[in-house]
Amino acid sequence: MSTDALRPAIPGAPTSTDAPVPSTPSTAARDQALKAALLQRSPIWKSADDRAKRLAHGRAKDVADAAQLADDYRLLAHDLARARRLMPRSRTRDYLEAAYARAHSTLYRSAWHPGAALLSLFRDEIPEVTRGLAPHIAWATAIFVLTAFAGYWMVHTYPELIGLFASPDLVATVERGHLWTEGILNIVPSSVLSLQILTNNIVVSLFAYCAGFVFGLGTLYILGLNGLTLGAVFAFSALHGLDAGLFRFIVPHGCVELSVMCLSGAAGAAVGEALVRPPHGNRMESFRMAALRSGKLLIACAVLLVGSGLIEGYVSPRHDIPLWARLVIGIGYWLLMVAYLTGQLTRRSSNTAGPP
Amino acid sequence: MSTHGARDLIIDSVTGVELALPIAGPGARCYAFLIDWHVRAILFAAWYAVAAIIYNGRWSFAAPLDPDAKWFMFVVTPAATLYFLYHFVLEIAMHGRTPGKRLAGVRLVSRDGGPPGVGALLIRNVFRLVDSLPVLYGVGLVVTLVTREHVRIGDMAAGTLLTYDRSEAVPPAHTSEIELIRELLLRWHSLEQAARHDLAVILLSRHGIDANDPADAALRAQLDALARDGHK
Repeated sequence: MSTDALRPAIPGAPTSTDAPVPSTPSTAARDQALKAALLQRSPIWKSADDRAKRLAHGRAKDVADAAQLADDYRLLAHDLARARRLMPRSRTRDYLEAAYARAHSTLYRSAWHPGAALLSLFRDEIPEVTRGLAPHIAWATAIFVLTAFAGYWMVHTYPELIGLFASPDLVATVERGHLWTEGILNIVPSSVLSLQILTNNIVVSLFAYCAGFVFGLGTLYILGLNGLTLGAVFAFSALHGLDAGLFRFIVPHGCVELSVMCLSGAAGAAVGEALVRPPHGNRMESFRMAALRSGKLLIACAVLLVGSGLIEGYVSPRHDIPLWARLVIGIGYWLLMVAYLTGQLTRRSSNTAGPP
Repeated sequence: MSTHGARDLIIDSVTGVELALPIAGPGARCYAFLIDWHVRAILFAAWYAVAAIIYNGRWSFAAPLDPDAKWFMFVVTPAATLYFLYHFVLEIAMHGRTPGKRLAGVRLVSRDGGPPGVGALLIRNVFRLVDSLPVLYGVGLVVTLVTREHVRIGDMAAGTLLTYDRSEAVPPAHTSEIELIRELLLRWHSLEQAARHDLAVILLSRHGIDANDPADAALRAQLDALARDGHK
């Protein structure tokens, strides 16, 4: 909304915030009279301030009471402008500044409709943000895949390099011919495992996003490191004939989990790009807009990670689920994610879409 | 919208009269954070202690050697949720404030002077991951010290600022009240000390001023300031 268009609401209202105008004897007398007249209005200010406080907590008596706030706001602005000129260092000015700020805050508070906001976020905004971030998603995926291949090649060629990516315990377990995921359910219950995994994955995703603040480099490192680790571990498992077992374990939850890593990396990359090449001139403003926009995707990522965490806790470690069922679960969940993020799942028909 | 000398956030208004919000410095920010940290630490500990006693069935806070799902779901997860979602939930519920911010006299505002939206608060709190690095909010503190508007990275990302609330500002005395105060001041020496003390306390309390120093001279000075509308 343009504020300039509405400026003449109080013609001639001064905007200076300090320094009273030097006065002659005649203007001093006039100012004294104005001060007295201004102080007569203190009960009105009190009433306006009480209304603003009441409305801030959603306690309007009726529509007229709520509408009165707009008049109060103009009245407070008018009197504050006078107080700034006539008594710049007074309790009157302090009080009017506070009351004006409260009225402004109450007047400009957005309507609170959490249900509608959530519906709009999940139905319209997240698919829209995903479409807008398509180039970033493609780049993040490319980096992740390339580093995964690089990690695979490195450890396949030089197996001793596995020490850079995996813990000594994991290396020892694989060298004994076992996967570290075997028997995991004997140690930790599924529900606890799910909770631990999804919490860890959500934190990693949030880090990948926040690390975009370092001009995108932090996100790049997190994506690259995760890709290298995945490739390296797969290569090391393959060297010991365990790659098929690892694939069986990963496929139900990994399709979405690894995709979410790329999505949060894309969100972080968008934040980084806004700092490297600010599209709105001001770097901070561009950063803020990119963070708020791409941050919506993180909400979808968190929800998707809850699903993959549950699969990883309840499905992946079980030995009685055949590969075909694991593939159906993994690919099915991934297709569901793609359908949602591309808007296919939530797209409304043209009759109900409303005006463009 | 602009800032004047890192003191005030100046916002254009449709009325033509700029809104001036004083920006809180690192001191007020740290003060609010320390209070909030203690509140959430107490909440965390209280939940953990009560839930652990109920879980163990005796006066013991110890975690079991082989913790089961019930331990995590009933004891650990709610306590961790209280600790980590404290700021986000309370900032939404209290329109940009928390108990710590309220005590420090500050509140969060967006750059248009209104309370921040849910999305902005979410982003602001997600960026705590970066601001809290490496320890004790080191990154956030340094950034707050070096930025003109004293904001941390989360504030930059969310477009929020911490401003003084000025909720303690009290309305000026009405003209008739001022005449009453002046009358009391004129008759000050002719009244008995107990009587003038009582009258002074009543008049000051009407304007939200606590007569915390009951000395005769201090009361008179406060009344004098009130009669002159507290010109500083």
